[in-house]
Amino acid sequence: MHELALLQELCALAAAAAREQGARQIHRMELRVGELGGVNPDALRQAFAVLAATAPWQTTELQLDVVPTRCFCPHCAQAFSPLDVIHACPQCGAISRQVLQGRELELVALEVS
Amino acid sequence: MCGQCGCDAHQAAPLPHRRLELHQPLLSRNDRQAAHNRDHFRRHGLRTVNLLSAPGSGKTALLEQLARHWPRPPIGVIVGDLATDNDAQRLQLAGARAVQIRTGDLCHLDAALVDQAFGQLDCSGMDLLVIENVGNLVCPAAFDLGEQRRIALLSVTEGEDKPLKYPALFKSADAVVINKRDLAEAVGFDRRTAIANLSAIAPQATLFELSARTGEGLDALIRWLDGKAA
Repeated sequence: MHELALLQELCALAAAAAREQGARQIHRMELRVGELGGVNPDALRQAFAVLAATAPWQTTELQLDVVPTRCFCPHCAQAFSPLDVIHACPQCGAISRQVLQGRELELVALEVS
Repeated sequence: MCGQCGCDAHQAAPLPHRRLELHQPLLSRNDRQAAHNRDHFRRHGLRTVNLLSAPGSGKTALLEQLARHWPRPPIGVIVGDLATDNDAQRLQLAGARAVQIRTGDLCHLDAALVDQAFGQLDCSGMDLLVIENVGNLVCPAAFDLGEQRRIALLSVTEGEDKPLKYPALFKSADAVVINKRDLAEAVGFDRRTAIANLSAIAPQATLFELSARTGEGLDALIRWLDGKAA
């Protein structure tokens, strides 16, 4: 439900960065969204589709990369990809408290002219 | 406009595309405001809590009890709801200083809204501020408000698998409170499964079981908030 609010933040950030760099048009926005970022990528795409019907975003493409969750198991001293929302180590079964990646919600780059 | 002679007839040559590397958190504006809030709260000597749950889990009832039993009253509450100031009125009757934020159609509180509300709160002689978030288990989890601690509230009527269905919120909590334990038997609440689910999803969180209606179990939460429990 808050995807629209996030999208407004994204567009404000992108527009400000483009303006600072003297760019006139934003062709592409690259976004990284972690699985644990609390954001539904489809909802974000849909929200963007609504926005992209209006100027100046009609020619802007949204590239959305989902970052899979990675955790660290202190007992096995190695990183692992959890199988579901419970971050249990597949080797020893211990529940990890250390998320290495998957919380990202980041505007990575813009393609502008 | 034409880039060569200034006329409108010629199409301007397209500019070359270039890439701007930004690596900026999407919520950087909120995060900056949250850092400001945190500093502000600290300078006022406040311990601050962000309280999150589904609608109807008993957030306001819990805070009424907290307002009555906190060792150094009054407590301050910033309460967010889509509409009405019913909750703020209830909390004021219980002795809290309460400011209502009506979010309209916004599904979560953000750090700027909390900052505005905080400006309306008289914090003299106060050492506990609770921010009662909008009842929602999804959106509020992503927004740092500047709190020191985050509490997720779950009531026995919601079922044992709530933490599995809404992991992000429970994973971000410093403590989880299971409320309405006085109703556990009536609704067939499977306590063992609920606790197993919580420790699997949120191993970092301290667990409290209480009844906001009867006040049973409230002491342990107060000791934790007061910094006297492990």
